[in-house]
Amino acid sequence: MSLQQQVLPLTGIGSQDTGQYRGDHLLVAKMVEHGSKVLDVGCGDGDLLQLLEARGIDGRGIELSREGVNRCVAKGLAVVQGDADTDLINYPDDAFDYVILSQTLQATRQPRVVLENLLRIGRRAIVSFPNFGFWKMRLQLLVGGHMPRTENLPATWYDTPNIHFCTIKDFVQLCDEINVKMERAVALDLYGRPLRLNAPWWFWNMFGEQGVFLLSRAGKVR
Amino acid sequence: MVDVQSIPSPDIHSEERAHEADHPSSLLAAFGADQPLRLDCGIDLKPFQIAYQTYGQLNAERSNAILICHALTLDQHVANVHPLTGKPGWWEIMVGPGRPLDTEKYFIICSNVIGGCMGSTGPASTDPATGKVWGLDFPIITIPDMVRAQAMLLDRLGIETLLCVTGGSMGGMQALQWTAAYPNRVFSVLAVACSTRHSAQNIAFHELGRQAVMADPDWHHGRYFEQGTHPHRGLGVARMAGHITYLSDAALHRKFGRRMQDRELPTFSFDADFQVESYLRYQGSSFVERFDANSYLYLTRAMDYFDIAADHSGVLAQAFRGIRTRFCVVSFTSDWLFPTSESRALVHALNASSARVSFAEIETDRGHDAFLLDVPEFFDISRAFLESAGAARGLTKTGG
Repeated sequence: MSLQQQVLPLTGIGSQDTGQYRGDHLLVAKMVEHGSKVLDVGCGDGDLLQLLEARGIDGRGIELSREGVNRCVAKGLAVVQGDADTDLINYPDDAFDYVILSQTLQATRQPRVVLENLLRIGRRAIVSFPNFGFWKMRLQLLVGGHMPRTENLPATWYDTPNIHFCTIKDFVQLCDEINVKMERAVALDLYGRPLRLNAPWWFWNMFGEQGVFLLSRAGKVR
Repeated sequence: MVDVQSIPSPDIHSEERAHEADHPSSLLAAFGADQPLRLDCGIDLKPFQIAYQTYGQLNAERSNAILICHALTLDQHVANVHPLTGKPGWWEIMVGPGRPLDTEKYFIICSNVIGGCMGSTGPASTDPATGKVWGLDFPIITIPDMVRAQAMLLDRLGIETLLCVTGGSMGGMQALQWTAAYPNRVFSVLAVACSTRHSAQNIAFHELGRQAVMADPDWHHGRYFEQGTHPHRGLGVARMAGHITYLSDAALHRKFGRRMQDRELPTFSFDADFQVESYLRYQGSSFVERFDANSYLYLTRAMDYFDIAADHSGVLAQAFRGIRTRFCVVSFTSDWLFPTSESRALVHALNASSARVSFAEIETDRGHDAFLLDVPEFFDISRAFLESAGAARGLTKTGG
């Protein structure tokens, strides 16, 4: 069964429209309750925000690149130019129901501080990141002896914006350390398909190309 | 001896200009003594009038009205030939059928600000109490005063809520003041190249302009109209200084460089050897043909006093607390008069208020004036923002 089929039905999105959205975006969109208020940090060209708005969700975005911001605004989206590392402090506590950080955590200077800010601003956070423990990464380092490059992370070590790589195992450990509750976790394979839910963590850490986590503050969310 | 030249003496249409101040070539809303305009300085201005223009049709639900607020030296003639200069409207590039401010979809209103000189009551108008031109007897006005007058005009037109208030520079200040003063009457705001407060540097430039006007012997302490003069040299210099701040180093260099004006070699005089000098002199002299010197003093003062945060215990976010208005803030990379940092401060305050805000910085070397020029990225953003605001407001059909 494909991811698209697994996440359906999505309120507001007809089955004929799902093909135009990225698999991980559909997965994230499914985690967001209808009618909630969402901040997408590092929203790129606004594809996820458009999907959320189509579902009747009040979406806002922050994007680092000026070109990305302007393309978003030209789509009628509420997006501002900003940096996850420096601009999240301007948002008040509990301003959003969800704060999303999609494939951006590894590019921040202080991932831990960013993660704490996500859960200060939002009641819940949805974080997705590339898993550096993925077998292809391990193999390239072990056998090839060079820094790994994959289809989704093609940059060389000297021009990559990604400065804080982690594995799924590392991320889970960080969540434990800063007292963050994992409400849902999904590992996706190279093709964006979720791995078996009952698989053990080591299996996800080995065969998950990326991890998607729904997080909340431990003991604070009703 | 060195040849000394100044700004060419313009063809001053003093009478035409004076006539326009009292009897404008546009729509007019007159407010009697029973409907005074409460000014921030404590004075009730009465009677007074507002000159305005409209484009497009108000729909049956009265939900498609957009108010354009004009900048310091502009006026209500947004998209029609100017009655004094004969030139096209100042924002025809933005306003018209199929343009971002689409006159086939929206009902567009633009009024001359209070204190202006194109038909709304200001220092160039005749004080009905004395039968003489107001001059410096006109009370000091503020940006909130301008907005209060616009709100009275909208009451007169029977428009409760605006789909959008927009403007650049001083127009953007008014748009922001609208949200602070009448948050429930503004569905969306498109604030361009502006700020929530006038910076020290900008106040300094305005003071330079005002001193230039007042240093001109033809100013006669603001009563030049009775002397049959107009301080065209002082006002011209003020405009030249102002105009430099509207451009950028890169734009001036691209446009003029060090090129000479109609000559190969320097004349070893103070003649306008350089093209940039000739251009500035032209800007100065053409401006004084259409603008009243006292009005320039009053409007620059109004901008200087502007500080939204100061009116809300010094906390900008307080001004926007709980606001439901949709914001789109636009700045330009080479604008050093209202730099991006000012817009960013506004955006931070709006974020702190959980307001729905879009913010785009547009790359251009054309300086502050970019909002009046052909910048396609700005048009795309404006169009999309208005369309999404219209959709959110349930705007479906066009016209009335």
